[in-house]
Amino acid sequence: MDALKKELKESIIEQLNLEDFSVDDIADDDALFGDGLGLDSIDALELIVMLDKDYGIKLTDPNEGKAVFVSVEVLAKYITDNRTK
Amino acid sequence: MSKNRVAITGMGIISSIGNSVEENLHALLNNKKGIATIVNIETQHKNEIKVGEVSQTNKELAKSLDLDEKHNYSRTALLGCVAAKQAIKDANIKDIEAFKTGLISATSVGGMDLTEKHFQNYNEESRKLINSHHAVDSTEKIAALLGITDFTSTISTACSSAANAIMLGARLIKSGQLDRVIVGGTDGLAKFTINGFKTLMILSDTHCTPFDANRKGLNLGEAAAYLVLESDVVVKQEKKTVLGYLAGYGNANDAFHQTASSENGEGAYFSITKALKIAKLNPEHINYINAHGTATPNNDLSEGRALKRIYGNSVPDFSSTKAFTGHTLAAAGAIEAVYSVLALQNNVMFPNLNFKTAIPELNITPVTKLTKKPLAYVLSNSFGFGGNCSTLIFSKK
Amino acid sequence: MKKNLNTIAYCRIKNHTISVNGKLLYTKDSQLTFPEFAKQVYKEKNIAYPKFFKMDNLSKLGFLASEFIFEAAKLDSDIIKNTGIVLSNRASSLDTDRKHQETINDKNNYYPSPAVFVYTLANIMIGEISIRHQIKGENVFFVAEQFNEILLEQYASSLIQNKKSDLVLCGWVDIDKDKYDAFMYLVAEEGPQKYSKEIIKKIYTED
Repeated sequence: MDALKKELKESIIEQLNLEDFSVDDIADDDALFGDGLGLDSIDALELIVMLDKDYGIKLTDPNEGKAVFVSVEVLAKYITDNRTK
Repeated sequence: MSKNRVAITGMGIISSIGNSVEENLHALLNNKKGIATIVNIETQHKNEIKVGEVSQTNKELAKSLDLDEKHNYSRTALLGCVAAKQAIKDANIKDIEAFKTGLISATSVGGMDLTEKHFQNYNEESRKLINSHHAVDSTEKIAALLGITDFTSTISTACSSAANAIMLGARLIKSGQLDRVIVGGTDGLAKFTINGFKTLMILSDTHCTPFDANRKGLNLGEAAAYLVLESDVVVKQEKKTVLGYLAGYGNANDAFHQTASSENGEGAYFSITKALKIAKLNPEHINYINAHGTATPNNDLSEGRALKRIYGNSVPDFSSTKAFTGHTLAAAGAIEAVYSVLALQNNVMFPNLNFKTAIPELNITPVTKLTKKPLAYVLSNSFGFGGNCSTLIFSKK
Repeated sequence: MKKNLNTIAYCRIKNHTISVNGKLLYTKDSQLTFPEFAKQVYKEKNIAYPKFFKMDNLSKLGFLASEFIFEAAKLDSDIIKNTGIVLSNRASSLDTDRKHQETINDKNNYYPSPAVFVYTLANIMIGEISIRHQIKGENVFFVAEQFNEILLEQYASSLIQNKKSDLVLCGWVDIDKDKYDAFMYLVAEEGPQKYSKEIIKKIYTED
């Protein structure tokens, strides 16, 4: 789980071009949206692509993402439970 | 400021609901929508989306324009040529050089359809076609077809492009820089667009339902439409039949997000307010609004909020015609300008198809049935990615 | 009556250099790619705007030019909020269109990116500039074969004459792979330098 969390933080920084962040800057329970990392709706869509590409999880409704992209902690658990690759 | 009025003396259109102004009107009057499963483009999303496709193939379009078989016209250029030619004919223009005439054309996708066909197997044949990728290419081809040499320009501001082309044309007439200008837009469907909108998750898998509480997104469409705008002088001198006037126009930036509209419809509110000011009208003068109404959760809520900021609880009769045609992107402003003029001419408001339940946050209900009513002023909205918001106001007199 | 207009500031970004009002401010290593060049300038200028890194190259180029212009102009945010923006280029959003196209061409690696697609329109750059400075004035984007100072002048003076905007940010912002050229200028009734389409053309050609 810890390895997955680290991997997720790395991909989030890379995929979402969070230039000023490093893995250590993101706590497991930091809010990804809103005041936390300041991500927006396009970032949410980008994370949906990442779920599909890296973990074989397909979300078809952007609203499903809201419950999943709460924090790295929540996201990692969701991936562990649902991954197909 | 000059008092020059801007008369509309000709219109041409090709869309999924018809290949001429008459066919489009007939479809609008008879609830004939053009949304269906995609035919002309081979895409893996075929069964997940519905589109408003022009039925004619490129071959048929080229034939109707008498083009040589080896032509390098993109679908965008073909559609544009067909519609612009109709507009000139409708305005009864025999000698294009008799007056200082311009062409302002809008497109967002340009010749992408040709480019994507040749992206992976590039050869000599492709080189000729790749030149057609550029957005200016379709404008140049239309100008050449019509013989326009005085002024040509290409506008690309996403889904408000054609509205902005109409607005610029009106300004050039008002300021006396042109006597006559052909304005409008054209966008052909391409995989590029389908795949892009798909990633934004704003495509509906079924018929779109503008302003409905349960709306699932938009249907993409393809189309072209052009209007001939002429000055008072030309109208008088040539004893022109005037179809309607462009009374007002406004544009503003929403300054909120690359693609999403702001929650309170800031840009839309400003563009509507500016257009009313130019037209010297009060909000209550507007009899009917042809809304942008794409049926995405975001647009309809934001546009509705802007309308409520202006009108409170007495929003005028409004509808979105996108459930007929799909969202035709850079052409949409011109398509809906034609529909606004048709509404004025026939004193009729077109139905907002597929509507069932009002959006709870707004509690406003569009016109859902074809409705007759004397119309003097029709307002049309077009909003684009990049926060570009435009409003046009058409008048009968 | 046609009013005389003036230029408040202008900025040119090309060949790894940035100059403002004719004065060279930055010259960077010519080996740098455009994103590397842009990043260096961003860091050196201490622009604290993380969204910059999410932008495509065209938006980065336009964004940087507008940063320098508004910095040199020293105007209140209240005054600039109604600025008109009239920009143009040749390549439209081709630089990013290509990236999007690559992601949808390969059936075995089909993952089109929403963050790439949103930039496949050149006027998104205007949106980015508007968001940064909270500008809600009129805005338009032209695609043309080359820098057309006449068209821009017509549009800008019409906006000012008709009192739609007191300020108009005009220019040419073009990028295609490693070739980039931004020339932006802010026009108003009052300003330190005389404005005319001829003067602008001269600066564009000689700068």
